[in-house]
Amino acid sequence: MLNKYPLWKSLMVLFIVAIGAIYASPNLYPEDPAVQLSGLRGVETTAATLDTVKSHLDENNISYANIAMEKGQVLARFKNTEEQLKARDLLDDIMGEEYSVALNLTPATPSWLASIGGTPMKLGLDLSGGVSFLMEVNMQEAIVKVQKSLVDDFRTGLRGEKIRYRSVKNTNDSINVQFRNAEDLEKAETFLSKQNRDLLFVSNEGNLTLSASMTEQKLKETREYALQQNITIIRNRVNELGVAEPLVQRQGKKHIVIELPGVQDTAKAKEILSATATIEFRLVDTEGDLGAALNGRVPGSSQLLKERNGQPVLLKKRVMLTGDHIVDAGSSFDEYSRPQVNITLDSAGGNKMSSNTKSNIGKPMATVFIEFKPTDRVDSEGNTIFEKVEEVISVATIQARLGKTFRITGAGSQAEAHNLALLLRAGALVAPIQIVEERTVGPTLGAENVQLGFQAIMLGFGLVFLFMLVYYRAFGIVANLALGANLVMIIGVMSMMPGGAALTLPGMAGIVLTVGMAVDANVLIFERIREEIREGKSIQQSIHQGYDAAFSTIIDANITTLIAALILFAVGTGPIKGFAITLSIGILTSMFTAVVGTRTVVNAVWGGKRLDKLSI
Amino acid sequence: MQILQLKDTVAFMSYRKVALLLSIVLMLASVFSLATNKLNFGLDFTGGTLIEVGFEQTADLNKIRAIMETNGFDDAVVKFYGSSRDVVIRLATREGVKAEMLGNQVLDILQSGTGDKIDMRRIEFVGASVGDELAEQGGLAMLTALICILVYVAFRFEWRFALGSVIALFHDVLLTLGLFSVLQLEFDLTVLAAILAVIGYSLNDTIVVSDRIRENFRKIRVGGPEEVINISLTQTLSRTVITSITTLLVLAALFFQGGALIHGFATALLLGVFVGTYSSVYVASSIALALGISKEDLIPEVIEKEGADQEEMTP
Repeated sequence: MLNKYPLWKSLMVLFIVAIGAIYASPNLYPEDPAVQLSGLRGVETTAATLDTVKSHLDENNISYANIAMEKGQVLARFKNTEEQLKARDLLDDIMGEEYSVALNLTPATPSWLASIGGTPMKLGLDLSGGVSFLMEVNMQEAIVKVQKSLVDDFRTGLRGEKIRYRSVKNTNDSINVQFRNAEDLEKAETFLSKQNRDLLFVSNEGNLTLSASMTEQKLKETREYALQQNITIIRNRVNELGVAEPLVQRQGKKHIVIELPGVQDTAKAKEILSATATIEFRLVDTEGDLGAALNGRVPGSSQLLKERNGQPVLLKKRVMLTGDHIVDAGSSFDEYSRPQVNITLDSAGGNKMSSNTKSNIGKPMATVFIEFKPTDRVDSEGNTIFEKVEEVISVATIQARLGKTFRITGAGSQAEAHNLALLLRAGALVAPIQIVEERTVGPTLGAENVQLGFQAIMLGFGLVFLFMLVYYRAFGIVANLALGANLVMIIGVMSMMPGGAALTLPGMAGIVLTVGMAVDANVLIFERIREEIREGKSIQQSIHQGYDAAFSTIIDANITTLIAALILFAVGTGPIKGFAITLSIGILTSMFTAVVGTRTVVNAVWGGKRLDKLSI
Repeated sequence: MQILQLKDTVAFMSYRKVALLLSIVLMLASVFSLATNKLNFGLDFTGGTLIEVGFEQTADLNKIRAIMETNGFDDAVVKFYGSSRDVVIRLATREGVKAEMLGNQVLDILQSGTGDKIDMRRIEFVGASVGDELAEQGGLAMLTALICILVYVAFRFEWRFALGSVIALFHDVLLTLGLFSVLQLEFDLTVLAAILAVIGYSLNDTIVVSDRIRENFRKIRVGGPEEVINISLTQTLSRTVITSITTLLVLAALFFQGGALIHGFATALLLGVFVGTYSSVYVASSIALALGISKEDLIPEVIEKEGADQEEMTP
């Protein structure tokens, strides 16, 4: 029969809309004030941490709603902000050394909703308030650094092969080696090109030079590495800021976006982001008396430092190797499946390491992480005073004479090995970064934007609702149902999207625009039905024809709009991306609700009946 | 209810020469204005620093300007933003100063200078290189969008329609930009987004019309291309008008309720929807007609579902 859907099809439509509604529903619940604790630099948050937090709160009579482990963090929820602030100050005082303590607003999503992945929409910075930075990695510098280390490599390599050369220099985009005779030039070319397969060698017999330049591939790898390394370091530092839900993301080829919701003190954030860090390898002073040192009698050639877990270590002052010789560090597993950290040094570093470890086999070596952290104090010129913070991140026994590549085993868990590798890499920043864009949104403006956006959506929705009702009467109601379902589905899909898809003010504008444009599909269908009726067709025929004929038009029209939205998504950043996202989602959901959704209702109400008139 | 009750076919195409002239004049005027007045680029494109502050009472702009000047910021542009209690201060990129620290510095100056309680609403700093890149990327995005759409429409319809609709889009974008230039409205990232949305909207309109023209070319055996286009435009006119109304309704909601940050966005779309509606009627169709669209171009591609009711519908 014409205009009848089988039951399963109607149920399917209902089911899809219901799914959308379920995932949209977390947005209806309010947010709980909470404090979150996450481990700093390799410190893991465990059930023990949870108990410590509980006991501290209990001791100080701070009441909490509940405390739980969530995504590797301890999350304590409170009934009001007053208790939350008290708890933050308390926990920061006691545990702030090892943990980042951050204020957070945690959605009070019921557990059954959370268990099926229901979360509220993430708000963009323009709505939540906070600061975003765009940082640019200085790629030129990254390439120069690699070239410089290649110059060292060439020198040591040629010397090792006993090939005589006059000079090795790096110019803008190549490394030039000058020789005394053609024979050496030839030998060097064979040797160096075998050693460095990712370089392009060009020899010039006339002036006896060999020039090496990086291949496109090598250049690309160098840039990629510089970017990744910076992202790693920034993530590490952002964690120290104690910000709930920070975002650190690459953008394009040389930019990094950092979003810190809720942060107002941008000066502090900027200082921490641009703080410098380095690594030193030093021998543990095994002869010195640790007990005496703890009482203040530290030998002149040694220094007392602390390990992560608070364990004191006595270290020799002499530095075996500094972190700027580290080329790469990564974690993997050794032959007994224990986690290990693999370190690669440049050739100068390799030589130093080799001569320094030769006579120290069997002795423990410490890795010291040094950071210059900004303090609250300023000097006479108003510049922030940086405090040098030294921390022993690993102590390992030297098993053999170490060279250009070596490994540290016994680093504990795999997570710890991974963290150690990250920190080792942080020691030698290949490329400096610079803030090229910064946007700070105050909390009042953020709240205002939410309100304005919400009002605009409601007003736009209301106006269209009224218009459709007056213009199409009964069918207007159907279109309005679809419009409502569409709004719910946009919110549902937005809430389902993991990460990245935050709701922004332009995103809200996108929703408003979708509301206006989504009815277009219904207008097309309804106008077509009217036309068919005017041409004298039966009511059922007209409905059928109306939907059929309008369908391909609707598809074409929506696909082209989708093309524009996707391009906007590819190019845009932050708020604009938010607009592109809501627009794209809106286009897709509106096709479903306006075509399939309305058809289901129309079929159920009017389908298959003998009708003389239609309320359209 | 019915807004347009059209009994007869409207002879749209007989006015196409007038429309063509109007479009050409407006496009030339836009180009002229863009060349002389240029666009009033926002911070996103020019780079620099912008500080928005909220005062508890109506702010005294002259006083703020004086404070800025005595502290060495002679180039500061001080304006109200949205209301008389919100003020934006815009500074150009300056050399030798750590630009990212400028925002907080200005905030301190104002705080001590006015003695009022000041609410920091927003600080934006954009490096000059970022702005340049953005302008380049934005232009590229628009171009890519137009090319992708050209390919899609050519693939789905016919190259004459494709060319017609892309020229119509170009026309819409140019006129909207022209209006922004004439009125010296600030052109920022959200406006760029709005213009891409205009492309989407205007195309939507054009596709609906083209689709009907294609359908009618297959269905209507009598009459030349001009008449078929007129019939199609008349048939789709009430849909065009209604969709424009609903879109304008929501845009009005955004314009009046969305707040100052979204004002430029709403303005661009309002202008764009007007221009887009006009262009889908006149520009796209009349270009397809001028390029010599005819029945033969569209006949070979038979779509089955339309075959069934062909006889009934032929007048």
